[in-house]
Amino acid sequence: MKAVSKEPVIVIKDLVKAFGDNKILDGFNLTVEKGSNVVILGKSGSGKSVLIKCIIGLLQSDSGSIHVFKENISKMTEDELDQARSKIGFLFQSNALYDSMTIRENLEFPLLRHWVDITKEEVERLVNEALENVDLLHTVDMMPSELSGGMLKRVALARTMILRPEVILYDEPTTGLDPVTSREIENLILKLQKKNHTSSIIISHDMNCVKNTADLVVLLLEGKCYTKGTFEELKQSTDENIKQFFE
Amino acid sequence: MSLAIRFKSFLDETGNIARFTGRFFSVGTKPRYENKEFFNQCYIIGYRSLPLVGLTAFIMGLVLTMQLRPSLVDYGVESQLPVMVGLAIVREIGPVITALIFAGKIGSSIGAELGSMKVTEQIDAMTVSGIKPFKYLVATRVLATTLMLPLLTILGDAISLFGAYLGVNIRSVTSFDLFFLQVFKSLDFSDVLPAILKTLFFGFAVGIVGCYKGFNSTKGTQGVGVSANSAVVLSSVLIFIIDLLAVQITELLGFN
Repeated sequence: MKAVSKEPVIVIKDLVKAFGDNKILDGFNLTVEKGSNVVILGKSGSGKSVLIKCIIGLLQSDSGSIHVFKENISKMTEDELDQARSKIGFLFQSNALYDSMTIRENLEFPLLRHWVDITKEEVERLVNEALENVDLLHTVDMMPSELSGGMLKRVALARTMILRPEVILYDEPTTGLDPVTSREIENLILKLQKKNHTSSIIISHDMNCVKNTADLVVLLLEGKCYTKGTFEELKQSTDENIKQFFE
Repeated sequence: MSLAIRFKSFLDETGNIARFTGRFFSVGTKPRYENKEFFNQCYIIGYRSLPLVGLTAFIMGLVLTMQLRPSLVDYGVESQLPVMVGLAIVREIGPVITALIFAGKIGSSIGAELGSMKVTEQIDAMTVSGIKPFKYLVATRVLATTLMLPLLTILGDAISLFGAYLGVNIRSVTSFDLFFLQVFKSLDFSDVLPAILKTLFFGFAVGIVGCYKGFNSTKGTQGVGVSANSAVVLSSVLIFIIDLLAVQITELLGFN
């Protein structure tokens, strides 16, 4: 396990979220420390994506609190949320690249919105740097439809990183990718984390991804944090609920 | 589905569209304005619709003239053909047909585009990037449809009248100058202004309904198709309802 400092960047307390009568999160608690990668493990439909959507403010929790850098996300106005979101990156499972824009425009779009006084040269430099980080500088003038699944994921990662977020939320970053490309994405996540000193929450069922990226693994079961520990600690567990993920 | 449930869901939908419209006025009209995207949408919605609107308007003018002629000949008032066609096109048929064509082309395209952006999480991606998707996607499109439809209608009316001129000349000979002199002599501002003003509301309805349906699209790719389809159906119905109201209002104001 990598050495991490103890400063908490995300603190979630007693988070509850229901859709109608279906309670998805039921008193979930989690603390993410600065510089650490926390992987949330859980079955499909267990509320992993709901959890990170609550953290970024795409979904409003029913009760409980989410503090990101000591600010309570659940009580923010829309404008305050927009400000807070500039410190949080989100990598969507579907990549969510704007398909009517070129790769360059996809990367420029958040930059021009957040940094209104930025010069054209600076935008160009940041876009090129972000694409170089994921080895895709040659795709800058291509459309998303011209790229493969792995390339799209890398471009999406470049777009996520371009605003230099301090926390990144990854929604199943390797789902749908072949093992080689998955490994490339995992390495990229680790490389960019090391370079930018970010903290991350990664949602995944890909056990290779969990093993390679996690400082801490949290098992989400029935809306609660069932257990947490390092990958090896959980792998050794004799608890049936935990063992089923490692078989 | 029982009648009561259908009625409730109709009321829910009406309420949601009203709220969505209210949000357009409260959020969409405040700075920061998305001027670049607005002009881009004006180009897509206005300029790119021109060939279709022009073609249908031309055919409409031609066919209307050919259909009207026999009846006017029966009554011995064939010479009034340019007047009849001009009034029909400018006051009613031009605005309504252009709006229906516009609803079919633009309403469905906005519904499908925003629906597809919704199901592929592109709208969420904008939100997490600190961009206000309502302002960027909805406000720009609604303003563009509201402003572009009146312009398309004016152009459509002109092309339609040209089609009518050709229609008149199929069976008889009327000079271009005489035809348009007769048309414009029969028209005054009380014919033209209400007809153009109502297209502002038609355009607004097409934009709001298309954006509402797309923005609230669910159920994956199937939902995108449903959004596009229901955007066309609902905006077409709204065009007729607005038209009915507009006729009543212009009558009350003494424009007829």
